[in-house]
Amino acid sequence: MRATPAADAAVPVRSLGGLDASTRDLLSTVDKGRRRKDRVMTGLVWLAFLLAAAPLVSLLWTVLHNGMTKFNGYFLLHSMRNVSGGMDAGGAYHAIVGTLLITLGAAVISVPIGLLAAIYLVEYGKGHLARAVTFFVDIMTGIPSIVAGLFAFAVFAIFFGPGVRLGVMGSVALALLMTPVVVRSCEEMLRLVPNELREAAYALGVPKWLTIVKVVLRTAVAGITTGVLLAVARVIGETAPLLIAVGTTASINFDLFSGRMMTLPVFIYDQYHQGPARCAPNATNCLVSINLDRAWAAALTLLLIVVILNLVGRLVTRLFAPKLR
Amino acid sequence: MFRWAATGSGVLLLLVLAAVAVFLVVKGWAAFTASDATLQTEGNLPAGVGNLAEYIGPLIFGTLVAAALALAMATPVAVGIALFVSHYAPRRIAGAVGFVIDLLAAIPSVVFGLWGAQLLAPRIAPLWQWVADVLSAIPGVTVTATATGRSMATTALVLAIMILPIITAVSREVFKQTPRLHEEAALALGATRWEVIRTAVLPFGRSGVISAAMLGLGRALGETMAVLMVLSTSTGAGISFQIFDSGVLQTIAANIAAKFPDSSGLAVNTLIATGLALFVITMAVNMVARWIVSRRHDFSGAN
Amino acid sequence: MAQRIDAKDLNIYYGDFLAVAGVTMSIEPRSVTALIGPSGCGKSTFLRSINRMHEVIPGARVEGTVAMDGVDLYGPDVDPVAVRRQIGMVFQRPNPFPTMSIAENVLAGVRLNNKRLPKADAEDLVEQALTAANLWKEVKDRLHRPGSGLSGGQQQRLCIARAIAVRPQVLLMDEPCSALDPISTLAIEDLISELKASYTIVIVTHNMQQAARVSDRTGFFNLEATGKPGRLIEIDDTATIFSSPHEKQTEDYISGRFG
Repeated sequence: MRATPAADAAVPVRSLGGLDASTRDLLSTVDKGRRRKDRVMTGLVWLAFLLAAAPLVSLLWTVLHNGMTKFNGYFLLHSMRNVSGGMDAGGAYHAIVGTLLITLGAAVISVPIGLLAAIYLVEYGKGHLARAVTFFVDIMTGIPSIVAGLFAFAVFAIFFGPGVRLGVMGSVALALLMTPVVVRSCEEMLRLVPNELREAAYALGVPKWLTIVKVVLRTAVAGITTGVLLAVARVIGETAPLLIAVGTTASINFDLFSGRMMTLPVFIYDQYHQGPARCAPNATNCLVSINLDRAWAAALTLLLIVVILNLVGRLVTRLFAPKLR
Repeated sequence: MFRWAATGSGVLLLLVLAAVAVFLVVKGWAAFTASDATLQTEGNLPAGVGNLAEYIGPLIFGTLVAAALALAMATPVAVGIALFVSHYAPRRIAGAVGFVIDLLAAIPSVVFGLWGAQLLAPRIAPLWQWVADVLSAIPGVTVTATATGRSMATTALVLAIMILPIITAVSREVFKQTPRLHEEAALALGATRWEVIRTAVLPFGRSGVISAAMLGLGRALGETMAVLMVLSTSTGAGISFQIFDSGVLQTIAANIAAKFPDSSGLAVNTLIATGLALFVITMAVNMVARWIVSRRHDFSGAN
Repeated sequence: MAQRIDAKDLNIYYGDFLAVAGVTMSIEPRSVTALIGPSGCGKSTFLRSINRMHEVIPGARVEGTVAMDGVDLYGPDVDPVAVRRQIGMVFQRPNPFPTMSIAENVLAGVRLNNKRLPKADAEDLVEQALTAANLWKEVKDRLHRPGSGLSGGQQQRLCIARAIAVRPQVLLMDEPCSALDPISTLAIEDLISELKASYTIVIVTHNMQQAARVSDRTGFFNLEATGKPGRLIEIDDTATIFSSPHEKQTEDYISGRFG
């Protein structure tokens, strides 16, 4: 391949050492610049990891530390009714009830729609419509949560007047945010079901819809449950849409279809928003920091719910998923 | 029957997305058609704002500034973490990092807001003050910083932490898909680990990282609570580049959340009109992101 | 330019699993050494330990020595990056970088060391390397098109051009033709015969005819059973191995009685 000595000289291999360099030199010669760059990049990559871990540790520690001051059975089982000023009383019971009900409502709306849409995409969907649905489901995951709240408000305001605030409005807003997540995860789970299973059922003369219900869904049920739980965990902390569509209240309300409800995330914001309480000089039963204490305790409660949902979701797959292949 | 129920649900999703746009337009319409004078008296515009454009413009500006700053801070770190997980960390640590990232993604935004406003803002204020002082040393430049730390810079930092998980998750998946063949090709040419990443991994993952960043941008644009709680003293009534100071810059989403509970009549329509603007911007960003993901051409590496 | 390789008592591990045991062999400069044997016998693993690609797999390690020109490649002051630069490798499946053009692919290795390669030098090098890889005539009009647009055989020659552009001492080839059609295979075999004038070449192949056609010396690897380590049974001149091998196993394998 060495055509002429001239061509050879034109090839810049100086940094390798020429032919006269000893083999030992060739094998141990490390280009200092390249080595240094490699080390610097390794350091930067580790630094990136530490940069992400630092706020997480700080946040978890703060929530745990500040939340523990007021987090107890009393806090979990009492509402804010008749609590005012800096009274060292009141809890998040009404907010926990509201959060659970509204999120349940959202799941009731979004799971059937999301699951059916996923079945459509995996089992039936072809051509333009399927592609459009896939694309717009992706787009829907990007809807800002506050816009979802405005949407729910706009829909209900047209029928019930502009002052309307209902728990179910919050469910609608959350369902709008939750459905695309449900579609995505169900779709993924359904695609994991091997085609051989479907074909085996067809070969037995089972109609397609029954195959889907009895074979496909049954195989994927653990994965779908996980997907739904993770989707719930994701919307259960949503604040802005509930602030707009459901409002705030100090009392317990079990009825999604009548009146305002409190929810945990909104409760956190509301308590934070009230800021330090005003206490008369030598007043008893008055804490300046009570509102923030409640906010942190509610944050701890919310975080616990989210973590439990995540853990349960993962456990479901680990324990109940059928072994495929 | 079953088939039509499934197809119907797919169609329903398309209709719902259309309905979001339609209902926002319907409820926001009054704000577009009202005269400037009515808007000022009934629309609850801040002092000194004469019409709808003057109201929405600065809010869009504030939203873009917050999201862009957050993206600028989050993307390099996210790419670093993604590379850490896919190419640097020992397997056990990589698993732990994945867990940390999942945890970050699971934390509700209101908790981030509480942490940002109560803990981060007062502690980071001296740093911003120092940066502002350094920048002010440049002739002709005056940078002010607030002592409370409740500035756009702090907001963007919290947003950056919040969008970190999504950018990391998408980038990590793309990096992991880098064909082993190409990494080995680079190694066999005598590349260091970083050079393998530069020649084989980053070019392969570039479009994935871009779309991941766009998804993060979409999320930062629409994020409400963290902004609302950190920037609670800002009015959103003007355009300013003083990102270390409080007072003026505000985002659309936080502005809606702050004012909506106490608004009625035309003021509500006005807020919905700003929400429509936010909807359009985020949809556009998301569409571009998805378009980049779906686009494949000669040099994309998908062969 | 080309240098000899000596392996001595080489044990190669994946974690605790001993994959290849006790390999001692010499690889002569400016010659082609073929490694043959049944699947899983460790010939590819051995090949990858020569340029320290083996240790990229987590938990993988070696015992014993592999020396180039008397210098132990696993010695304390030896840098694996420098080793791979001196000992190039061509893989089973062609793997040009898909995001780079043909010319950029050829220059990929050189650019690592030499950021500011003058344009004229770069063009010369591209032409030289592609000419040496018998590819220049076919691609000279589309140097700036992506390398993934070439046929499989052309891609593999592009990978060879990329490997020789960094001027290695040794060229390792891991079943370079197994993914190619017969005509492309022939082109690569012709190329190997030309390249041995300048390089020490080690080729792993499943194809005994190929080993017989291209190599000067042939090493036969075998393993007693699955789970047992692979061993070098014998190495000799190719003519001897294929006509009158010393070992019964080799003869059985050559004559197609197993493998």
